[in-house]
Amino acid sequence: MTSTTSPLPTQKPSFSRSSLRLNSSLGRNRWNQFFTVVAAVFAVLAVLPLVLVLGYVLVKGGTLLSIRLLTELPPPPGLEGGGIGNAIIGTIVVTLVASLIAIPVGVGGGIYLAEYSRSGWFAQFVRFGTNVLSGVPSIICGVFIYGLIVSTRLFFGQSYSAMAGGVALSVLMLPTVIKTTDEALKLVPQELRWGAIGIGASRFVTITRITLPAAFTPIATGVVLGIARAAGETAPLIFTALFSPFWAEGLFNPIATMSVLIFNFAIMPYEAQIALAWAASFVLVVMILAANLFARWLGRFARA
Amino acid sequence: MHGSLVVWDVLPMPLFESNDLFSLRRRPPQEKLVDQGFRQLSIVLASIVGLVLLGILLTVLSGAHQAITTFGLRFITTSDWDPVGNNYGAFTAIYGTLVTSILALVIAVPLGVGTAIFITENLIPLWLRQALGLMVELLAAIPSVVLGLWAIFVMEPFLRPLLEALHVYLGWIPLFSTTAQGPGVAPAILILVVMILPIITAISRDSLQQVPPELRQAAYGVGTTRWGAILRVILPAAVSGITGGVMLALGRAMGETMAVTMIIGNSNNFSWSLLAPGNTISSMLANQFGEADGFQVSALMYAALVLMVLTLVVNILAQWVVRRLSLKYS
Repeated sequence: MTSTTSPLPTQKPSFSRSSLRLNSSLGRNRWNQFFTVVAAVFAVLAVLPLVLVLGYVLVKGGTLLSIRLLTELPPPPGLEGGGIGNAIIGTIVVTLVASLIAIPVGVGGGIYLAEYSRSGWFAQFVRFGTNVLSGVPSIICGVFIYGLIVSTRLFFGQSYSAMAGGVALSVLMLPTVIKTTDEALKLVPQELRWGAIGIGASRFVTITRITLPAAFTPIATGVVLGIARAAGETAPLIFTALFSPFWAEGLFNPIATMSVLIFNFAIMPYEAQIALAWAASFVLVVMILAANLFARWLGRFARA
Repeated sequence: MHGSLVVWDVLPMPLFESNDLFSLRRRPPQEKLVDQGFRQLSIVLASIVGLVLLGILLTVLSGAHQAITTFGLRFITTSDWDPVGNNYGAFTAIYGTLVTSILALVIAVPLGVGTAIFITENLIPLWLRQALGLMVELLAAIPSVVLGLWAIFVMEPFLRPLLEALHVYLGWIPLFSTTAQGPGVAPAILILVVMILPIITAISRDSLQQVPPELRQAAYGVGTTRWGAILRVILPAAVSGITGGVMLALGRAMGETMAVTMIIGNSNNFSWSLLAPGNTISSMLANQFGEADGFQVSALMYAALVLMVLTLVVNILAQWVVRRLSLKYS
């Protein structure tokens, strides 16, 4: 590794061929092998948690899987059996509410950034704000929605509600959707826009008929990843959507979600509840990994 | 396209006479309205980001107002958390937040950067590298609450003999001065390592790939080994991107809630020992916010404000560092 090697032997007319052969006992080659092994060990250590977590969740949760588990309510503390049906529906409802808010707002904001003002001061400010917002801890989103919606009873005098949980998750999704829309629209070739404007299309028609469809796959990829991330979030939900041991009672009542169920049941001293927590982890992880792999598969089309 | 047609048509006719091919069609007013409306709508939607940020700041500030006026900076330096006597100090939680995230970073940075090097170099076949990269990215997709569950029931029981041995042999160091009795700061640090590893690996990999190949070729050309090139040329060239990634990971680690809450033990008693239960700001929020009322909510909001400021500073620094990199290589 040291750059100062011995000067070339000048007394010999031609160099010896043996110096061209790899001498693995040289110090620098020893170090080379050592670092390679260290990097390999680090890579294995980095992948190990995924293998272990997935293994445990799939084995422990997968063996519990049954129709009853997916369709029944969780049992009262201390009793056996039951399922996580209400939590599965709750996760879908809350994530849906979040998507319905975050996707239009995020795509609209992204359109502004990429189509109307690429480098204006307001666009720079929004980009900066998006980055800051994506760094805000998810628990702070929960605190924000608690202060804004739950404690003020904004929705029909209800404090904790599925709606509040959905809004909290949408705050979390928003930066992801804006960023992916912005990036995806920037990748659309400028010639497409010129062409559309040149044959007399308005800005609105150009964006909705030409650039947005051209950027559809990367946007969809980002949105699916954002939804998958939101579906697994717990921190913004524990004091907005709260939890409910019953079936969902509309959007304006507390609702059970799988992530909060895992959190609540994992620290209970009952075997049945802990088993349900593993089962919910299984369902949640399978859903999220499926969404991730789906997004990756979608992403392939973007490159082609 | 109609070049020949132009000459044919125009010549016999007066120039000002309107011709279907060339007449300007005025855009109908409703089209202009839609166009303008769409632009305005997109501006409104874009400004929601700013409104949300402002809303978060105002909500937390106004919620914390009462506690700020009562405690001032004493809140940060004292560590009694007494909901009955309404006396609050968040030092334990702030210390916990800093110590867990920084120690997690110390472990995760070599692991993450090493992994990134391993999957950007051609040491193993491409498909295997891509598989490793995919696995690390999927690790980022696992919800933190699931990692917490795994930490409670699998990781912590497995590690407990190890941590106990740490206490037995290194107990004279204040950091290991209590016995490991289950949940504690050390397992929380380890689960944080698992959570921030994917971020560090992904950003390090991107920065390493951005280093121009000429640098490596030049290094090989003067006769260095592979690791000579990596350690002396490629890593220094990528260091600002990696630093940005590390800062982002630090911000993520400080705000990370669920897995830490489930495994850290949630104790407000200050202890130097990493084996004792502790608290972070986010775990304190997760645990107490739902049941708190009155003045305690205000104290928790104050703690949330401290967390926000910490993550904000770290994230803005990270953005600044990352921007410096993009100036360098594009």
